[in-house]
Amino acid sequence: MNNPQLDADGRLRHLLSIEGLPKKILNQILDTAESFVGVAEREVKKVPLLRGKTVCNLFFENSTRTRTTFEIAAKRLSADVISLNVNTSSQSKGETILDTVDNLIAMHADMFVVRHSQSGAAHFIAKHVPDHIHVINAGDGRHSHPTQGLLDIFTIRKYKPDLHNLRVAIVGDVLHSRVARSEIHALTTLGVPEIRVIAPKTLLPAQVDKLGVHIFHDMQAGLKDADVVMMLRLQNERMNGAMLPSAQEYYKTYGLTQDKLSLAKPDAIVLHPGPMNRGVEIDSGVADGAQSVILPQVTYGIAIRMAVMAMLAGGQATTSQTSGTQS
Amino acid sequence: MTSENIKLPDNLPSAENLLKTLAAQLKPLLQTNTALVGIQSGGVWLMQRLLVLLEKDIAAHAVEHGILDVSFYRDDYEMRGLKAENRPSQIPFDVENKHIILIDDVFYTGRTTRAAMNELFDYGRPASISLIALVNRGGRELPITPQIAAAEIVLDASQNLQLIQNVDGTLNLELQSLEPKSFELQSPELQPIPGTTQA
Amino acid sequence: MKIHIKNGRVLDPKNNIDSKLDVFIAAGKIVALGEMPAGFVANQTIDASNLIVCPGLVDLSARLREPGDEYKATLVSELQAAVTGGVTSLACPPDTDPVLDEPGLVEMLKHRAKQLNLAHVYPLGALTRQLQGNALSEMGALREAGCVGFSQANIAITDTQVLWRTMEYAATFGFTLFLHAEEPFLAKDGVAHDGEVASRLGLKGIPSAAETLALASILRIAKETGARVHINRLSTAEGVDMIREAKKQNPNISCDVSANQLHLTEHDIGYFNSNCHLKPPLRTQRDKEALSAGLKDGTIDAICSDHTPVDDDAKLAPFAEAEIGATGLELLLALTLKWAQQENVSLLRAIKLVSQTSAQILGIPAGDLSINSDADICIFNAAEYWKVSPGALKSQGKNTPFNGLEMAGKVKTTLIHGQVVYQS
Repeated sequence: MNNPQLDADGRLRHLLSIEGLPKKILNQILDTAESFVGVAEREVKKVPLLRGKTVCNLFFENSTRTRTTFEIAAKRLSADVISLNVNTSSQSKGETILDTVDNLIAMHADMFVVRHSQSGAAHFIAKHVPDHIHVINAGDGRHSHPTQGLLDIFTIRKYKPDLHNLRVAIVGDVLHSRVARSEIHALTTLGVPEIRVIAPKTLLPAQVDKLGVHIFHDMQAGLKDADVVMMLRLQNERMNGAMLPSAQEYYKTYGLTQDKLSLAKPDAIVLHPGPMNRGVEIDSGVADGAQSVILPQVTYGIAIRMAVMAMLAGGQATTSQTSGTQS
Repeated sequence: MTSENIKLPDNLPSAENLLKTLAAQLKPLLQTNTALVGIQSGGVWLMQRLLVLLEKDIAAHAVEHGILDVSFYRDDYEMRGLKAENRPSQIPFDVENKHIILIDDVFYTGRTTRAAMNELFDYGRPASISLIALVNRGGRELPITPQIAAAEIVLDASQNLQLIQNVDGTLNLELQSLEPKSFELQSPELQPIPGTTQA
Repeated sequence: MKIHIKNGRVLDPKNNIDSKLDVFIAAGKIVALGEMPAGFVANQTIDASNLIVCPGLVDLSARLREPGDEYKATLVSELQAAVTGGVTSLACPPDTDPVLDEPGLVEMLKHRAKQLNLAHVYPLGALTRQLQGNALSEMGALREAGCVGFSQANIAITDTQVLWRTMEYAATFGFTLFLHAEEPFLAKDGVAHDGEVASRLGLKGIPSAAETLALASILRIAKETGARVHINRLSTAEGVDMIREAKKQNPNISCDVSANQLHLTEHDIGYFNSNCHLKPPLRTQRDKEALSAGLKDGTIDAICSDHTPVDDDAKLAPFAEAEIGATGLELLLALTLKWAQQENVSLLRAIKLVSQTSAQILGIPAGDLSINSDADICIFNAAEYWKVSPGALKSQGKNTPFNGLEMAGKVKTTLIHGQVVYQS
């Protein structure tokens, strides 16, 4: 089975999921992002890499926050950015997804940043675009949100550089979470030895252990001696119903409070992909506390997205090499 | 790399000797409000050596220094993409109104210098920029030339002159011949293109 | 019209024949096997040297998309596909538009099919009106119009009282019910087996329990009411065990498996291959092995194609939104032969699973080569390979998980009522 994310030379062509990406490419994205972090601190927060390119944010599912970070990232690379919110209720059929994409290609878009409520939507679009177009998955259903997974591991690496010696706990609604899936793949690929998921059975997918994680239903046991605690967002619609009895009961059992956090290592860090439900999955004191790295995550998110775009868009011209490669 | 080392011509000078020449030539340029900026990676090695060789003068004039990795400013990005390895630029001083001395190992087309100047201007508006290089190998493609070069060696386009850092920190020059068509360019190794890792 | 099929290897499971025999046909019937009857002068001779001559295949589940969905497929295109695949009789589920719950619709469908003079069409009538699971359809009238049994297609009857009544009523008149076992609440919004692959891809799962729970109700009620029930497209290992147990006490139970399920698992979804969006979902390797074992030991009686042609546009969508189904009529023979070869099952037995037993379940006169039976015959080359591709398929539905694969088993000639209706 061909990996649809890599071209024949093993280079990154699309970023659709963390799964299937070799360690080398993950590290390259992280290292490149390292260079982009500094760019934001300059007088001119821009580099000319994507000058003349058009990046199209194609959001079939609304998310101002994610869309904004991709917009900033593209603009800092000097790309032109178009953002489209496509109303999913009127455009839920596949043919219209492709119609939309075809129209934008006709307008010479070079790169698509796609968000969609259906798992596999980004793969679907990537399969149908011409060779010179790149697709970045900005979240597809429950499947994948690779840039979030990458920025999480980038943040972890900043605070805990030795990934081979970490115990990471992922807490919350793993079942519906594309973020959790991306985090798990990123952590396992980069050699993190122990990954735990902590959730009630209603919020865990079938055979989640096959992804390489240890299952815990109890926060006390699951958080014990963890180096990193990654919280997941609990969607409003799941709080009262067949999945969970109430937000209050969830907070009591699985909400991250300072008390529960004290079971982890003293220097453990806390991540959350945002937006947070304070008082549901996380206590305000913890979210704003000394161990929280939630705001740095946002900052690094832009660098990661710049790195991904820069790696995708370059090196595509087939012109033969000239002597202009040296000083 | 598919390039093979050619027998060193008798007249290929020693990098260590050139370094001393370069240090002597650089010395009068050092004054207050000056900063040295090495271009990755050869230029940075040179700068590190110069910082030691000219230690007193640098201290006397409080000369600052920084590092540029011009990957994000290269004009061949469209063709080649990003290098597999790129390091963050580090300019830990205010560029505004500084006299910047760019340091490169081998000056060739001038495109790296252009990229470096573009990047510098994104940090601020320097008072002036000059360029020093260990070797000017000829073949410039832009109206840019180093103010100081310890040696001028005219080379054919099929040759590649590269600065090498030995484990003990000493430097030497290496002449390589470029294969006209390298199949390695197609390999999954992201950037084994001879020359791109050299400034 | 008299036809002489000579030099072929004749397989007739019903009469336990597997030998090199000539077949003689006159007036649409088989008149002799082996020795030429006295005075027989053939108008046409078919040389079947190195070929296999067997009963035309009987498919327990093939959607023709008429009436209602002619943009997906038509009676003409799908019946041509049938004979190209050596299928001479097929049962079609009632989930057309409108639903097959009116005798007039059934008569029209039968009439149209008959005019085409291709494969025989045996409609399954809707078990409940509009397939809504509330009120019984007019089973008696539908039977008279030509329905050979009654089905809910993929739509479950959620009200167990209604399910009970349908079985009681059907049992009264000896009608057979064709049911797909899937508990709709557990399967709600599901698009793939609830296991490793669905978890990895973030697809909503359909647990195996959706099948076994529904199966438990159906088998229990069947036993209580004495109804004759055929389970369509079994998919789980636990389901196979349940059928095996049920059959020990209840002779009125039969069941089939889709050819897809014999060859594919959840892993074939790969990176969201929408051609693998099927009902029931592709399950695990363990399930696949259990289905295969069930077929070998007779727990599962037959293999069906689950032919469900889908237009390209309907498949052009992210996995969950892509329409369910794959084309199958032209693959049934090849997939059955492939299974038999892998599992070391004799050709005779393999052919039986797609002809004689299917015909028996439907209660139709087909699936054998007995003297005086209708000459519905499939002649194929078991060793000839062909490549599955949109261009190679007659069906209007070009989507199949097997696209691009080389398959052994090429139909050379298909006869219906002693007339050649297909020749490659």
